Amino acid sequence: MNLRLAFSLAFASLWHRRNVLALVTLTLTLSITLLLGIQYLRTEVKQSFTSTISGTDLIVGARSGQLNLLLYTVFHIGDATNNIRWETFQDLQDDERIGWMVPISLGDSYRGHRVVGTNEQYPEHFRYGQDQAPELATGAWFDDMFEVVLGAEVARAHQHAVGDDITLSHGGGRTSFSNHKDMPFTVSGILAPTGTPIDQAVYVSLEGLEAIHIGWESGVAIPGRTVTPDQARQRDLTPDTITAVLVGIDRQILTFQVQREVNQYSGEPLSAILPGVALSELWRLMGQFEKALLGITGFVVVTSLIGLAAVLLTLQVQRRQEVAILRAAGASPLLIALLHVIECLVLALIACAVALAVGAAGIAGLSPWLLDTWGVQITLRPLNSTEWLVIAAVPVAAMLVSLIPALKAWQGSRKQGLSHATPE
Amino acid sequence: MTSKTDTTRDGSRPLGRTLEISGLSFQWNRHHQPLGYPDVALPAGKHLFLQGPSGSGKSTLMSLIGGLIIPSSGSVHVLGTDLASLTGGQRDRFRADHMGVIFQQFNLVPYLNALDNVLLPCRLSQKRRDRSKPSPTDAATFLLDALNIPESHWRRPVTGLSVGQQQRVAAARALIGAPELILADEPTSALDSDNRDRFIELLLQLAAKQQSSVVFVSHDQSLAGRFDQKLELPALEATP
Repeated sequence: MNLRLAFSLAFASLWHRRNVLALVTLTLTLSITLLLGIQYLRTEVKQSFTSTISGTDLIVGARSGQLNLLLYTVFHIGDATNNIRWETFQDLQDDERIGWMVPISLGDSYRGHRVVGTNEQYPEHFRYGQDQAPELATGAWFDDMFEVVLGAEVARAHQHAVGDDITLSHGGGRTSFSNHKDMPFTVSGILAPTGTPIDQAVYVSLEGLEAIHIGWESGVAIPGRTVTPDQARQRDLTPDTITAVLVGIDRQILTFQVQREVNQYSGEPLSAILPGVALSELWRLMGQFEKALLGITGFVVVTSLIGLAAVLLTLQVQRRQEVAILRAAGASPLLIALLHVIECLVLALIACAVALAVGAAGIAGLSPWLLDTWGVQITLRPLNSTEWLVIAAVPVAAMLVSLIPALKAWQGSRKQGLSHATPE
Repeated sequence: MTSKTDTTRDGSRPLGRTLEISGLSFQWNRHHQPLGYPDVALPAGKHLFLQGPSGSGKSTLMSLIGGLIIPSSGSVHVLGTDLASLTGGQRDRFRADHMGVIFQQFNLVPYLNALDNVLLPCRLSQKRRDRSKPSPTDAATFLLDALNIPESHWRRPVTGLSVGQQQRVAAARALIGAPELILADEPTSALDSDNRDRFIELLLQLAAKQQSSVVFVSHDQSLAGRFDQKLELPALEATP
């Protein structure tokens, strides 16, 4: 009934105390921004993380742990423990249950970006996200052995366009001293951005990789044994070894059977992993950390709410006279308590609104830098239900916290006589 | 809705008793000495001067009349209604409808301007709103004007007002909507004698105009002459 009065009094009171309350609200705003930001990034990272590979049933590489295999084949992090023989690849190709195979050869780099040697099967079968094929923004997939396709980020970072010549480096470092400078590659195409490790990679043909390594068998170029591009073209460039194979199984029910047989392959020690399982294991490892982070941020919000309650309790002492006046004019203890709840709630809502604005501005402002420095693509999107839940929890928690001063005020104003001080 | 008596009183101004106290005593808690009060019968429109030394229970009596606390024994009837028979919420509404209160000092809600402070009772009570003629705002400006608050101060923060002005704004708040009973708890103790005399004169004059009874607490004996009735509370025996 007196809700309108309660609201107008609460707003007037907040405005009156705006200097003190602005600081508490700022603390609350920052903590909400932090909480929301972490939740937002978590979702974004998980999204981009789980969408790195799709449609591939098995990844086959030299015997190693599944995380290691996943990391170097899909994320281009770390190095292969060993290679697998080309004969093994051919052997697997003969298996009727296997529908398609994409060979992958790693080991070289271009200015810190991994070079992935593969063949025409790659654009045909590799999928990410929701069964999306990597698409070319400009140009075409490599047709010649000395052609190269760049990931979106590689092209952007080094300002490459179709037709540019680039020199690959031996080994994986950002700065390498052994460059394959005798055999430059020509950019034939640039991929559209995907938000996955594809953007950071450089794609060449297996033959191209083989060609630039003629004379490099010992790891460095041996003078006199290297060849010119034209001489290389004359040679048989079938690779001896490759790093891994992405495998698609026709009848997916047979996946486990194939996996088991690959793991027991007699020719050489192999590992076959299910990318989905490995991804979720990897996410579980990282997810723990992020959950802990989220938990800590939650505590930060709780701390600022308690700070808010403390400030409100302190203010309450100053508000004795005001409460006495309101009570004398006929305000009920409930109205007095309601004032506190409304004030706390309004502060929380203001903090949430400002946090949303700050968060949106922060993401919009930081995303170019994130993409630049970390290659992480964070885009502004509407909040999902979990994030709304997180932000809705703040006013609810604020209301609960406000019950402390509210109950105290309610109790106090019931006992308080007409004078300002409660007689003891 | 509070009681039949007070609804019939609304139409024609009361001829009965505004305030009736009998056999009243109150004890804050068992460590305190019980406070006993003499009986009072204040006819409508008459003013009561209440005097007593510090600690004699003047403010407690005001709280009892205001219905903020209820007597340990005896009764307080305001406008024929036994306050103890009402629930807490009903007493709050009764106070909003029928009483105006002026404190010793710090009378104003700091975040409302003078006009809004005066209008506060009208926002808490339908009756006071209805009785403010022609409109609450007009009634408030009339009272502020009558109490010599310059118009330039009406919408400014009340913290800029002098103590005398603050007390007069508080008087306007107590008077608005013509409540039957005005409780003034040492409202002049912070004022100099000039201000004090003018304040009492204006208060009693405006109260008489709208037939409100004033219960005025003070320890200043010299003021007693202006009141119809006088009540002196005895000093308590020395408390342990």
